[in-house]
Amino acid sequence: MAAASDSLAQSVDLREPSGWRRSKNQIMTVLMWLAFVIVLIPLGFVLVTLVAKGADAISWQFLTNSTIPPNVLPLGVGGMGAAVVGTLEITGFATLLAVPLGVLGAVYLNEYGGNGILARLISFMSSVMTGVPSIVMGLFIYIIWVAHFGYSGMAGSFALACLMLPIVIRSSYEMLRLVPDSLRQGSYALGATKARVTLTVVLPAALSGIVSGALLAVARAAGETAPLIFTVLTVEQTNPNLFSGPDTSLPLQIFSNAQSAYTGANARAWGAALTLVAITFILMIVARIITALFTRNTR
Amino acid sequence: MEEQQDVRQDQEVLPKLDIPDTAPRELSTGTAIFDVQNTSIYYSAFRAVTDVSLTVYENEITAFIGPSGCGKTTVLRSLNRMNDLIVGARVEGDIRYRGVPLYGSNVSPTAVRRRIGMVFQKANPFPKSIYDNIAYGPRINGIRNKARLDEIVERSLKAAALWDEVKDRLNKSGLGLSGGQAQRLCIARTLAVEPDVVLMDEPCSALDPIATGRIEDLMQEIKSRYTIVIVTHNMQQATRVSDRTAFYSVLRDEKSDTRTGVLVEYGSTAQIFGDPQDSRTQAYVTGRMG
Repeated sequence: MAAASDSLAQSVDLREPSGWRRSKNQIMTVLMWLAFVIVLIPLGFVLVTLVAKGADAISWQFLTNSTIPPNVLPLGVGGMGAAVVGTLEITGFATLLAVPLGVLGAVYLNEYGGNGILARLISFMSSVMTGVPSIVMGLFIYIIWVAHFGYSGMAGSFALACLMLPIVIRSSYEMLRLVPDSLRQGSYALGATKARVTLTVVLPAALSGIVSGALLAVARAAGETAPLIFTVLTVEQTNPNLFSGPDTSLPLQIFSNAQSAYTGANARAWGAALTLVAITFILMIVARIITALFTRNTR
Repeated sequence: MEEQQDVRQDQEVLPKLDIPDTAPRELSTGTAIFDVQNTSIYYSAFRAVTDVSLTVYENEITAFIGPSGCGKTTVLRSLNRMNDLIVGARVEGDIRYRGVPLYGSNVSPTAVRRRIGMVFQKANPFPKSIYDNIAYGPRINGIRNKARLDEIVERSLKAAALWDEVKDRLNKSGLGLSGGQAQRLCIARTLAVEPDVVLMDEPCSALDPIATGRIEDLMQEIKSRYTIVIVTHNMQQATRVSDRTAFYSVLRDEKSDTRTGVLVEYGSTAQIFGDPQDSRTQAYVTGRMG
């Protein structure tokens, strides 16, 4: 085999013409792999540490028990059920607020607003909003809502929704822009109105990208601590009522437990961190499967 | 060669717009579908095409030919108000569809487009199943009945000579079809809403000769029930399929260096290609220009 390729190389040389170009190609390939590995290192490190330190904490009791015990108590007592419920409620409601509004905003920007003054204003404002620190969002909601109506999970949802909104607008807008104009024209040529073109052709064509953007926003919001500190407070009992009374969430519990000097609390913090990552991961996979079912004919 | 070019440009700068009598020599005239009179179309301040007057007759195939930039597509798109989608596009003059002014104040563009369908240069199937592509138009018109939709899908695909190739994969994506199949899918989609007129904007320019032949055969088959206006760059295609031909050309304004399309000559296809009255038409159809 080697002999055959050698004789071929002698008769016709089909390799890269100059030695330097060939070497350059190899160097660049190695550099790209190196960059890839470097990017993977922190991710792998975080995952390995989380699993190593948090896996011991995970049990059915840990995930569901509704009382978070005082810091001094060991791991076997109580659980993070209150924080799991709080995270799902608060993030879920924030998603309900931010995703429809954000997608509608993006539809306005790309399909209706054109180059108008309102569209440019919205676009600019959403860019500015992206840069607002998350703790400022928490303070903002504290002043306009919590100061009047008290702490609640819903107030936390408001703060998270403010964080998610610009991400959803920006990512949905980029996806809508990618929908080829020929599809819109095809729909118009059949006598469709603008609303129908948008609903039945443009949005379905962009759906999987819009879902990706929304998931990114959800994942970001689920891990936020700062905007919740001033809006939901932190409690140790499950608060099933999203709309009144202080609540808690996994990031808040990680924050308070990790600061503790007691090993039980620290172990609970690791467990909560692993739980949070797992919840986000499961959410992503479920959303991906659902999107794939809805968009199986779009490619 | 250079001199010849100059002579022709002089002619274009000072056009003799002796558009021949639109009444064809060899064709009997049926019902007028479109009656276009002294129409100019602008994109903002730019005049894209000017002084177009022609009549399109029922159950005929009318071809628009001419060099690039002569405004034939612009005129075509003004016939079902697709130009409305372009910001700044404006039509001056009188375009009537079955006697009704198309640009009348109470005319709805969507109502116009439901009766006057369009097939585009590049096939643009929706990212949906083949079935949903065809059922899209009927659903817009409020047809929800499954049996009725099934029947429309089958009839439209048969009319577009695509049924046998796709009947076993109606639920597969329309994006998986070959170029020629995709274009026939788009024709079927247009026929599904049972339009009165089908406008075709260079429907075969991206297809090979076999696929082109199938679409040309298809046009002949559906001609008895529809009126067709086709823009084509291919003069052989115009002679093969059309009953009437309109030849457009470009006027160049030397001072502002702008180009405006004009209708040079309109008549039966046999007359345009066999006995052109205008020297520019003659130059074009004999291949000396464009």
